[in-house]
Amino acid sequence: MNDLPVFAVPPADDVTAGWWDATREHRYTLQTCGGCGHVQHPPRVVCIHCGSDDDLWFAPASGSGEVDAWTVVHRPPRPGVAVPYTIARIRLAEGPIVLTRLDGDDWRIGEPVRVGWVDLDDGRALPVFHRDG
Amino acid sequence: MTGAAIVGAAESDLGVTDKSILTLQTQAVTRALADAGLTLADVDGLATTAVARFSTTQLAEYLGLEPRWVDSTFVGGSAAESMVARAAQAIGAGQASVVVISFASNQRSARSRNLTGMLEEHLPEAQFETPYGPLFPLSHYAMAANRYLHRYGGTREQLAEIAVAAREWALLNPAAFRHDAGPLTVDDVLGATMVSSPLTVADCCLVTDGGGAVVVTSSDRARDLRRTPVEVLGYGERSTNTSMTAVDDLTRIGARGSGAEAFARAGITPADVDVLEVYDSFTITAALNVEALGFCGEGEVLDFIQGGRIRPGGALPLDTSGGGLSYCHPGQLGVLLLVEAVRQLRGEAGARQVPGARTAVAHGTGGILSAHATVVLGVDR
Repeated sequence: MNDLPVFAVPPADDVTAGWWDATREHRYTLQTCGGCGHVQHPPRVVCIHCGSDDDLWFAPASGSGEVDAWTVVHRPPRPGVAVPYTIARIRLAEGPIVLTRLDGDDWRIGEPVRVGWVDLDDGRALPVFHRDG
Repeated sequence: MTGAAIVGAAESDLGVTDKSILTLQTQAVTRALADAGLTLADVDGLATTAVARFSTTQLAEYLGLEPRWVDSTFVGGSAAESMVARAAQAIGAGQASVVVISFASNQRSARSRNLTGMLEEHLPEAQFETPYGPLFPLSHYAMAANRYLHRYGGTREQLAEIAVAAREWALLNPAAFRHDAGPLTVDDVLGATMVSSPLTVADCCLVTDGGGAVVVTSSDRARDLRRTPVEVLGYGERSTNTSMTAVDDLTRIGARGSGAEAFARAGITPADVDVLEVYDSFTITAALNVEALGFCGEGEVLDFIQGGRIRPGGALPLDTSGGGLSYCHPGQLGVLLLVEAVRQLRGEAGARQVPGARTAVAHGTGGILSAHATVVLGVDR
């Protein structure tokens, strides 16, 4: 995954700074509502389950999930990007769905995956999921 | 019944035009008005997108109009169907009497299309999705196809029928980009260059210039105009997602809700529909739309569309112009779905005419299965 990110990761903003800060230590977190317990991603300034805008925090997450859907990209999204590579939706154990790269092209829906990291030049890290076990 | 009717419809030049967006827009608007027997002077409502940041303002000035009602709600490929709903509401409320809904693009001539879409750095997707390099919108539809085939046990061969049938219709439509290309086979689709698995280039829509317009007015006024009025019987809309990860189930799309509301408002069911024009940005788009609109049961669409059902002469004529796959795809096909539905209902579709068509559905899909709008149309004859 040396070719990641394909497009530069924009700076964190007021809402996402805490999430990206955790990635500097390779800690996978998910925004969690202290009021109702809802877990959501990407982070927002409001809980979309109960509407609360206080007590949203970045709780430690398992970093595990399973493949929800995947596709092998055969045409580069911009010149100079090596293809093919696999893009997938991962259903995290905590509920939210996130996008990732996957190694190789022989995946099955439902396969378990675990988070790994690609370090970015600015000290942050991009989570990338791998086959678990 | 909504009290509104489509009284004019037209295409701009299509294909590779080497014309500007405003030229194509003007063609679409003036041709649709001429079809209705009206002129620019009759227009007091204007709805369009993708002209500029101030789309309706720009087009109105260019056409010398000062409309009292405008709508430039940008929801991609379902915008025109949404605008029919807004136009019907505006006409009912007395906010406008003659509304033109238009769209045009020169994306092929201008080479303005890319595989990543528009990168908007301030959005969550820029931090959490774009860095991985998905093709946009293609990889989202590819994952929806991957999920659907897995969940219901369908095959790429079955899905290819959408593209094969679209080509059959295009062979009957002289305006279609692939009119002279000859038939397409399932093997052609599967053997074409893979873009984002399981979708090949033949599962993907064309990239062409083109546009169109429809003219909407009250059903009362429509009776005094030259064309058979095409009544707006019902409409419904849904907005569901802009990212690739918000929707929990990729196989259940917003067309379920938009379709159910449109059919309920019209007081009909899918069984009453003679012609179905659904968005087909990709083969999977059309398949998911047919199922979500209720023409078959959940998980059944890939079996449902086999055996010629959606081809010329079939029981459910689908995308009778040849659709985005074989007729024209200018970036937002929605208005051209309406134009084709109107022509079918007026009996003007030539070699591809569905005999006796009285009820049609036009269904637009925007973005990455993001926005959904359904319009039910009908004629008395």
